[in-house]
Amino acid sequence: MLVYLGKRLVYTIPIVIGVSVVCFGLVHIAPGDPLVSVLPPDASEELKMQMMRAYGFDRPYYEQFLLWCWRALQGDLGVSIATGRSVASEVLRAVKNTLLLSFVATLIGFFFGLLFGFVAGYFRNSPIDKIASILSVIGVSVPHYWLGMVLVIIFSVQLNWLPPTGAGPGGSADWQPDWAHFRHLILPAITMSVIPMGIVARTIRALVADILSQDFVPALRAKGLSELGIFGHVVKNAAPTALAVMGLQLGYLLGGSILIETVFSWPGTGFLLNAAIFQRDLPLLQGTILVLALFFVLLNLIVDVIQTAIDPRIQRS
Amino acid sequence: MLTTPPLVDIRNLKVTFTGGPKPICAINGVDLALDRGETLAILGESGSGKSVTLRAMLRLNPEKRTKIDGAITVGGKNVLTLGPKELQAFRGRDVSMIFQEPALALDPVYTLGHQIAETIVKHDGGSWADAKKRALDLFERVRIPSPERRLDNYPHEMSGGMRQRAMIALALACNPKVLLADEPTTALDATVQIQILLLIRELQREFGIAVIFVTHDIGVAVEVADRVAVMYGGRIVETGPIRDILRSPRHPYTIGLLKSRAHDAMTKGTRLDAIPGSPPDLANLPPGCSFAPRCKLALPACSEATPEPVAVGGGHEARCFRTDATAPAAA
Repeated sequence: MLVYLGKRLVYTIPIVIGVSVVCFGLVHIAPGDPLVSVLPPDASEELKMQMMRAYGFDRPYYEQFLLWCWRALQGDLGVSIATGRSVASEVLRAVKNTLLLSFVATLIGFFFGLLFGFVAGYFRNSPIDKIASILSVIGVSVPHYWLGMVLVIIFSVQLNWLPPTGAGPGGSADWQPDWAHFRHLILPAITMSVIPMGIVARTIRALVADILSQDFVPALRAKGLSELGIFGHVVKNAAPTALAVMGLQLGYLLGGSILIETVFSWPGTGFLLNAAIFQRDLPLLQGTILVLALFFVLLNLIVDVIQTAIDPRIQRS
Repeated sequence: MLTTPPLVDIRNLKVTFTGGPKPICAINGVDLALDRGETLAILGESGSGKSVTLRAMLRLNPEKRTKIDGAITVGGKNVLTLGPKELQAFRGRDVSMIFQEPALALDPVYTLGHQIAETIVKHDGGSWADAKKRALDLFERVRIPSPERRLDNYPHEMSGGMRQRAMIALALACNPKVLLADEPTTALDATVQIQILLLIRELQREFGIAVIFVTHDIGVAVEVADRVAVMYGGRIVETGPIRDILRSPRHPYTIGLLKSRAHDAMTKGTRLDAIPGSPPDLANLPPGCSFAPRCKLALPACSEATPEPVAVGGGHEARCFRTDATAPAAA
């Protein structure tokens, strides 16, 4: 197990290097000059060159890349062009908010996804299965930004129960564990939970149905296990695949919540990314993407390790 | 006259699967009796109902889609009326089962030691440590080399033969009275097959358990069984001591089955005697004898009424109107 862990850690090194190259490269391939948005339209050539030098855009790409990497290793992701603030601190704050939102959303989503999935898989083709399947198909197919807007219209505009935007009262971007802040979390979290709920429910249903059709289930029954005992076996067999799906979903939510964060003006990474793209804020964009990508790598690492711990067959292959 | 009732007593067992568009009559009146320490082989081709009979004894067929009629009594317990708790206590303790494909019948994500200990803890209580000790003892009984290490193995880490040994150890964990073996050697190499058969026979004598052995291979039946029941179309068409059946089969199906075997003395180019036609459609059984459409000796009467078992001596019975025609002198 330790050997596997070590190997798996070593494998992440080339992944991380690749990720940083892509992060850096993609942003530079994208058209548009980052300085256009901060310089006045009538700025002199001299001023432009001065700004270029200040941000290091005049140097060759590989030099810029190495410098960026070297600084990133020290926790310095540069300075935002638009705001002049440190990218690292901006990203860190946004990451905190996004982590909070996506954890709450995945908690809700996984809970209902697992519940619907297991119930539907166990009672296949029963009315309960049909209801659970319809709910999960709706979860997968409804556009979540639309759902977000509908929820805002119902609960904020019509009923005036919950605030529609922001992470706290008065547009505060720093979350506190109290009711005033928690109210702001409810709508975006529910909206966000719908996607993983649907996908997890579909996956678990298929998985459970497949496991229940395998020969070892009647064999477990034949040795006298109770249905609850058999359920334990089913769960352990379903766990590796379920975890992989859930890990991926969490990863997507961490980075893929741009639409929801924009709809609810949630000050997270998606919101930050959105702003960085439209302002051509290269350092902010690179920094945010890098941090998100590293989260994804870390998450996959964790899922892999847990999977291996549960399913002995994975380690071999 | 006082006789001890048989350990396993199956009377007029009928199993119908009602899940599909048409009900499938898998078992159509099976009578079986088995005494302590006896080994019975149920012989038949696929779809003859041999596995369904075994599964019915543990009520493993899906409850909602299966209709079971008749009576199954094991050691005085009426299997078909057991409540859920009693059924759990019955399965694995009174009657346990070995499956055809040990690679599929063992849970892939638990160690073998865990799976055996789980059964012991479930039925006999006690600590996991004690259960593990008993599992080790069982592994020694089924002669798995380096048993201590093997207990911590997962099913995929063992060979087919070793897996089947482990499966046997699992089945014997709680000293059952009856062991059901559903084609336990079919998925194994020929050389491993004979080892497993010898092991089952040896353990059967050692533990004094009754064994019902389902197979489509007469060679396997000869190796292990005292008695044979030949199944066709969900009925037992012929039953008797293995020697009698081999020497003088009385049902035309059994005769055909024995002839269709490849003998070691067969010369190259000789045609194998096969039974013409195909097994009956269980959703649409013919009235009368279900073998009649394929039978060379069939009379018009055969397609009208189902023959009752005819005793031909020495506990040997055949469900056939033409036992006179199949008598040794005539055949």
